[in-house]
Amino acid sequence: MKYVDEYRDPELAKGVAATIAAEVDPGRNYRFMEFCGGHTHAISRYGVEDMLPRNVEMIHGPGCPVCVLPVGRIDDAIRLAADPRVTLCTYADLMRVPASRGASLLKARAAGADIRMVYSTLDALRIAEAEPEREVVFLAIGFETTTPPTALAIKQAKQKGLRNFSVFCNHVLTPIAMRAILTGEGDEATRLDGIVGPAHVSTVIGARPYEFVASDYRKPVVISGFEPLDVMQSILMLIRQINEGRCAIENQYVRAVTHDGNLRAQKEMDEVFALRESFEWRGLGLVPRSALRLAEAFADFDAEKRFDIRTVAAADNPACECGAILRGAKKPTDCKLFGALCTPETPMGSCMVSSEGSCAAHYAYGRFRDRSRARIERAAS
Amino acid sequence: MSLVMKPVRRKLDMREGRVDLSHGSGGRAMAQLIADIFHDAFDNDWLRRNDDQASLDAQEGRLVMTTDGYVVSPLFFPGGDIGSLSVHGTINDIAMAGATPKYLSASFIIEEGFALLDLKRIAQSMGDASRAAGVPIVTGDTKVVERGKADGVFISTAGVGVLPDGLSLSSDKARPGDAVLISGSMGDHGVAIMSRRENLEFSVEIMSDSAALHGLTAAMVGAAGDALRVMRDPTRGGLAAALNEIAHQSNVGFTIAEESVPVKPQVAAACEFLGLDPLYVANEGKLMAICAPEAADALLDAMRAHPLGREAALIGHVVEDERNFVEMTTRFGGGRIVDWLSGEQLPRIC
Repeated sequence: MKYVDEYRDPELAKGVAATIAAEVDPGRNYRFMEFCGGHTHAISRYGVEDMLPRNVEMIHGPGCPVCVLPVGRIDDAIRLAADPRVTLCTYADLMRVPASRGASLLKARAAGADIRMVYSTLDALRIAEAEPEREVVFLAIGFETTTPPTALAIKQAKQKGLRNFSVFCNHVLTPIAMRAILTGEGDEATRLDGIVGPAHVSTVIGARPYEFVASDYRKPVVISGFEPLDVMQSILMLIRQINEGRCAIENQYVRAVTHDGNLRAQKEMDEVFALRESFEWRGLGLVPRSALRLAEAFADFDAEKRFDIRTVAAADNPACECGAILRGAKKPTDCKLFGALCTPETPMGSCMVSSEGSCAAHYAYGRFRDRSRARIERAAS
Repeated sequence: MSLVMKPVRRKLDMREGRVDLSHGSGGRAMAQLIADIFHDAFDNDWLRRNDDQASLDAQEGRLVMTTDGYVVSPLFFPGGDIGSLSVHGTINDIAMAGATPKYLSASFIIEEGFALLDLKRIAQSMGDASRAAGVPIVTGDTKVVERGKADGVFISTAGVGVLPDGLSLSSDKARPGDAVLISGSMGDHGVAIMSRRENLEFSVEIMSDSAALHGLTAAMVGAAGDALRVMRDPTRGGLAAALNEIAHQSNVGFTIAEESVPVKPQVAAACEFLGLDPLYVANEGKLMAICAPEAADALLDAMRAHPLGREAALIGHVVEDERNFVEMTTRFGGGRIVDWLSGEQLPRIC
């Protein structure tokens, strides 16, 4: 597959792995957070960790839209779908996310709610056009990558005068979440040495919004593509910055990301959305100015207004470590539920649901390493 | 599917006509539907007797029996339709035991309003598939349900086959050291279906691999004999599900090399685009076989000599593993598990 295979070339990977091995300082550890679930998925699916030296540790970040959506908002969506007038359109990933009291969209659908899985906002728009008697609500989630398409769909709905289409907006912002992670960092042992920066998000917002990471927190960021070679090269670039005592915002993903990003997309977002005062993130809690709502000019398409949605915060399962895992403070295997009570078939927390979630990625791709480790420990004792 | 009543004189309107509730009522309309569509398409001595059952000669060896329901959407897809699929799928379930498929039955649940022309096309396709495979459809049933209670047509087929004495393949027979082979590229059927789903607007030149595999399995049994331990057609859940099931049933693990698993470039591209993994996508004309290591070369040669196994490949081995993991060396050079598919990757694929 042209333009894809090149970024998964095993020979090139061996070369980068050898360079990393040669350049790491064996006297120290390197703790990097890959911010995005896309990176987590690539690292797990291609076995990138097997190709890194032992003192380079990858911490999974919060960049998984499904994972950070708090329980209260899923509860809202389920309540919304229970309205017999409503057709709720959503991405398939969200269907199995556990809500309060063991509910989920999948169960709500089985109980008779009209919930349809779509691939894009435009699919939802088409359903609204084809079925004017239904109140079609698009459950919008995601970072800046998926926000411009939602903006376009809302503008199209307005142009077409579609009265039966609205958006339940849960779009969140990346740089502010990154700041929340860095501000909330714990002791020396869990401190990050650098960040593998978002790929698709950065195509929209550019490299500029991450500058505070270097100026305020003295840490390097390397914006990285989602292919395994991209990730490895970005890790090498981070190691080099640290070894040279630098902290800069560097861009590995030059084939798609510019310094200023996609200005047209930014303009659409600015026009259609406005900043929320505050928004709850699973794992990070309430984060001020971290999410978007529909701007006043598009209030007619705001499902929260149309259906008078008032989110009630709901607690995660107390044993679930998704919060700490999303902050990078714990690993999936640190959670007592992982692999026992919480599996992809019976997820207790959101990180086990989306394929971009750290728990799901580790469960689906990486568990054999736990066994190997257990064996090594058994053999040693 | 009996036909004791004299059919009504006027012909079925194959151009504009639709199935209505009278076609399932047991009256003349039903008799005409059965005669003009099903008997016409499946024609054989058993059906011509117009009995409610088929009496078959007792067979030497052991009988193998299977049944399968088909609800694929859309009904027609590149490389096949629900009719041919319902013949191939059931034949393959019998063939995977190493048995020779002999007879099929077919049962139809048809939604009121379904176009007679489409029903005719589906029946003809079933008849063609059954004749090409040499496995006749000897008995059947038709029901019509009200509009909205089904989706066009659902088909159930059952099959009977014969297993020669001495041969016993089963999913609990994989042993550490055994070789794992597949007969060709993975994911073709699932992607062909997806390319025709209405809410997906991409056109991929890819055909379903839907095919009857009993010729291939006969050649494999001939080449490897009782060194053949397990055969499985990786349908729903793809190769990943098949490997995980066998890992559990045999209480073993697998090591697989990703680069040895053939995937067509179009299928890989479509999967990339949709965020799917070809290892989890359904196949309807491929099989996976596990055999004693010393028989692997002969088996691979026999597979490659058959038109449906030309791209056969050795993809890995059975290993001892109490956790029953399927481990894979990625093309990239790292390691990962190939886990069970969780949730529904794509409903109504077969």
